[in-house]
Order: sequence, then structure tokens, then C-alpha cells
Amino acid sequence: MFNAVSKSPWVVHFNCNSCNGCDIEFLACLTPHYDVERFGILHIGNPKHADVLVVTGSVNNRNARVLQNVYNQIPDPKVVVAMGVCTSSGGVFAGCYNILGGVDIVIPVDVFVPGCPPRPEAMIDGIVKAVGILERKRKGEVFPTAPKPTHTFKPSEEQSAEKTVIKEEKTV
Amino acid sequence: MAKNTIIPFGPQHPVLPEPIQLRLVLDEERVVSAIPVVGYVHRGLEKLAEQKDFLQDTFLIERICGICSFIHSLTYSMGIESMMGLTPPPRAQYLRVIWSELHRMHSHLLAVGLLADAFGFENLFMQLWRTREHIMDAMEATTGARVMLGTCCPGGVRKDIDPELLKFILTTLVTVEKEMDEQMPVLLNDYSVKQRLCGVGILDKQTAYERGAVGPTARASGIAMDLRTHGYAAYGELGVEPMVETDGDCYARTKVRVRELYQSMNIVRKAIGQIPAGPINVPFKTKPDGEVVMRAEQPRGEVLYYLKGNGTDMLERLRVRTPTFANIPPVLAMLAGCELADVGVIVISIDPCISCTER
Amino acid sequence: MINNVENITVDCLLDKVASKLPLGFRFVTMTCVDCGEHFDILYHFDKNYELTNFRLSLKKGEPLPSISGLIFAALVVENEIQDLFGIKVNGLALDYEGRFLLTETAPEKPLCRVPGVMIVEAGKPAAAAEVK
Repeated sequence: MFNAVSKSPWVVHFNCNSCNGCDIEFLACLTPHYDVERFGILHIGNPKHADVLVVTGSVNNRNARVLQNVYNQIPDPKVVVAMGVCTSSGGVFAGCYNILGGVDIVIPVDVFVPGCPPRPEAMIDGIVKAVGILERKRKGEVFPTAPKPTHTFKPSEEQSAEKTVIKEEKTV
Repeated sequence: MAKNTIIPFGPQHPVLPEPIQLRLVLDEERVVSAIPVVGYVHRGLEKLAEQKDFLQDTFLIERICGICSFIHSLTYSMGIESMMGLTPPPRAQYLRVIWSELHRMHSHLLAVGLLADAFGFENLFMQLWRTREHIMDAMEATTGARVMLGTCCPGGVRKDIDPELLKFILTTLVTVEKEMDEQMPVLLNDYSVKQRLCGVGILDKQTAYERGAVGPTARASGIAMDLRTHGYAAYGELGVEPMVETDGDCYARTKVRVRELYQSMNIVRKAIGQIPAGPINVPFKTKPDGEVVMRAEQPRGEVLYYLKGNGTDMLERLRVRTPTFANIPPVLAMLAGCELADVGVIVISIDPCISCTER
Repeated sequence: MINNVENITVDCLLDKVASKLPLGFRFVTMTCVDCGEHFDILYHFDKNYELTNFRLSLKKGEPLPSISGLIFAALVVENEIQDLFGIKVNGLALDYEGRFLLTETAPEKPLCRVPGVMIVEAGKPAAAAEVK
């Protein structure tokens, strides 16, 4: 019976500070074209029913507390999947005054899925990875939090990093 | 009788894909008034736009909202062009229309799909989103991206659509229309759907106008207002009629969106039929200077950009008034007097985009 | 360029706005711009796809009378201006007291410029306006 957790994990989605790009791509994952439901994954509205928390977007001053609340309400064992580059560093909004940083400053993250927005295939891959971690957590294994994606730039490198990005975009 | 209770609706709520809180003042099951609490998605993008140069801003602006990203960059580009006195070539204007309308179609399908989910018809939600994937495929085939197209820039567009891909868009539309012909009767004529939508969240014409409703919310209340009829980009040559309904309830708003889906399809077909050959952008060396107010029609309604340049790379001020920002006061009017169980449907019926609203 | 701009003062603001409403104008939005010494506040009205604008020049530190008594829709944007520019708006129909978009921990008046720091030269992006 306990296999049910990893055979059919339930996912709660919280939009932290996202631009909607990742959210609609995540919802697109649920629908017939990509269909994560074939892995038994069910999108659920109530955090107390969920095993997996999918977060999109970065943390700002107002929603940090809400994110913490949603995370605390999910029963153990739980895994967190952070979708999109904003969740690791703030992404394109990294320099904004109301952005505190990635979601990893508030809650421990198990899987980062980079991209702006990530493709649905990448999201499915991320969720499936998270389900594997969930299974191992259920068996009592202690899991370290995921390292940040290597492409994440730090705010101090912001200026130089941005310039290279723009150059790439112009040559395309 | 019982005293009024206050129920917080959101920020995390099953029907809301985005965080917004509505403090509902209730008299038993009936909503007396609603107070919006926003700021959960506020990033401070207007400030960041002042710290980047105006070409970088084009890509930042797209990230205001992932659903209508192309039309955001289109409006911004039109504003910059108007400051610099540029006229994009005709082919670019037509390409802009094609991508705008593809965006409108995917956004409307998304909106009615979420509405179906909100009133508990999950099968219909899945079907509508499957149809939407065809349009996403068309966007991916033409630009390489599904959501953030990144094709619009000041002076024109950055990418051409070759004739084969134009044909691919047309065949996609045939599939989409075929599937929609099966789904839309269910959405519009089904007994239980009508039970949830008809007569719910009524917004009369006078209130809609006074509270500044825009887009499908205004058009469903009988206000014939669609900025595309004003003829920006190539819309002037394509002939757009606003789709108006008069009932002002959730059903009318859904019907406006469904009619606009068919209208957008016809616009894309017409644009592909008469797209001229030629260059797709104009080179420029000037810097934006002066002030400009630019408006365009997004899937959710009118978007307003205020841009102020000072002859340098940086803009001095960039302000965005997005459609959902204008639709918040009307939705408060709709919520007053409704039942608690209908709040979700009413809020979703204006197709709220909170990340647009708070930027 | 913006067409149809009429310069107005704080005293006649409410009368001017009230005069627009019976003529069938729709309130679109307000825009606040920090011009260094003062704020420029633009009121945009629309009729038949034509924008008509009022430009109000407000000295820094002065309060702004609210038009939300006349136009309920203005309260959202007025609360936003109160948050982001630190302008006190008097007589709001629903006053969030500067906590509409921002929280206690967020920077105050983020969109204001510090007088004199507004150095923007082409090719030197770093020194642009700083957050107060």
C-alpha cells in the first residue's frame, strides 16, 4: 500500500513570482499531449494531499511566507521541484528590488529544472526524477538538497553575464 | 442575524493558477463585498527596465507575462518606433499580426479551458488544452519557442516565416477548427455548463464602462471596444469587428472568447493570404527620445504603455497598464451579491493574469 | 509624442476630472513620472480610441487628492502610485496605506529617483538611478 506514494504521487503547484510562462507549461504537462498522468501523477489543489511541490518563479517579500506555509503543510516525505531559471536565481528579474532570490533560500529544493521556460519534456523529466527521490526518502534515506544549476549567475556577475546573453541573442 | 464573516480566498487556491488573495466579506453564503490583496507576484520590473537599455528591454518586457508575451513586446516595439519615427516594413506588420493572433488563440483556449476546470468539467479542460497544443506547435515551428517567442523587436521582426511554414499554420488551423467544432457546442450548449455560467457574475454596461472594464469583459457587457479596429500593425487592412454580447454574465464572456477564436482564425488566414514580400525590419541608429503612449489589444483587453526616453540607451520611465489591472474594479462589482461557490468561476471568467497586473 | 495633453494644477484636478465624465470619457489609467524636482502625473482618458490626457505637476512632498470618489477604478492605480513613489494620496476610497504591492520588508518608494544621481550616459549603464 505504501508503494502508492511513488506509484501515484500527487502534485501541488505554487506560483511564487513567476511570469506565467512556466505555469502554463506545467499545466500543459498535465494535459493529453504530454500527459504526466500516465505516471500516476495527479495535480491537486490542497497541499495537505500532496507529495510533490512544484514551485515556479522566485521569492519576493510577500510570498516567501506563503511558500513556507504551503511547504510546511505537505506531509512527509515530500519533494520539491523548482521549475524555471527564476527559481534558482531570480532569472531575468534578478536585479529587481522586490526579488529576494531563488526559492532555495526559503525551502530545500530537490530538483531544479532550468529553462525560461523549461520545455514540457524537461519538466516531466524533473518530476519523474523527483518521484525517484520521493521513493528513496520514503525508505528513510536522507537526501541532500540539489545543487544549483551551473549556469546560474550570481548577482555580482550580473552585468557581464547579461551582456554575453544579449550578444548571443543578436547573432541568432 | 449572523454577523459578517471574512474568508480569505487565495493566495493558494485550486482554481487560481496564480496567487491573488480576495478577502470576501460574507453574509452567510452570500458575498457582500470583496477586497483584493495583491503583491504576491510583484517583482519591480518597471524599475529594472530603466536600468537596461531599450533593446534589452524588449526581451525583459516579454517576461511580464508568459501568456501574452508577444503582444507585450509588440506594443513596446511600436512605442519605441513611434518615438524614433520608424515604420516597419509591411511584411513585418503582417508577421506581427499572425503571431499576435496565434497568441490570442492559445490564450483564449487556455482561458476557457481553465474556466471549464473551475466549474468542474475536467474532461473539457483536457480537450481544450489538447487543441491548444496544435497552436503551440505552430508557434514553435515558426519561432523555435513555445511561450517566449522573442521575435518582435523595434524596427520589425527578427525572423521570417517561409512559405512552407505559412502552409503549416494553415493546416494547423484546419485541425484546430475541426476539433473546436466538436468542443464548442459542449461548452456553449451543455445544460450543466449553462447552469454554472448563465446569470452568474452579471456586469451591466453602465458599471462596466464606469469601472473601466476592457477586453472580453467589456465586450460581453455590450461595449464595442476593440483596439484592433483602430488598425495598428496590419489590422487596418484586415478588417476586424469587435465581438459584442450584451448579457454581461460569465456565459457571455465565454461566448465572446469562443467567437474571437473563430475570428482570430479568419484573421490569420486572411493575413497569410495577402502577406506581401519584402524585408522584415528596418535598420536604425537613433535613440528613443520624448514621450509616447501606445496601446494595443491583448487577449484580455487593452494594454497601455507609457514610454519616456531621453536620447540615450536607457529609458527614463516605462509604465505598463495591463488589462487585468483595469479589470480588477469590475470584478469587485461582479462579486458583490454572488454566492461563495461561484467566486472561483467569476474570477476565472475575466481571465485574470496576476503577473501582468503586478509586474 | 502624446497628443491632447492639458496641463492642470492640483486645485482644479477634481473639477477637471468631473467635467470629463458626463462627456462619455472612460478612465484608462494614471502614470506617474519622477522628473527630479517634481512628479508628473498623467491622467489618461479614452473616447472612441482617442486618448485625452491631463498632466499634473506635483511638487515632491505634497499630497495628491484622490479621484477615486469620482472614479472608483482609480483607486487601484492610486494605491500603486502611493506605494511606488511615496506620494500621499488623500481621500482614497480604499486605502492600503502603502502596503498594496509592497510589504514592510520591501524597499520604500522604489521608483523614486534620488535628486542629482540621475546620470545616464550612452554606453555607461551602471550608474543609472539608484533606489532610495
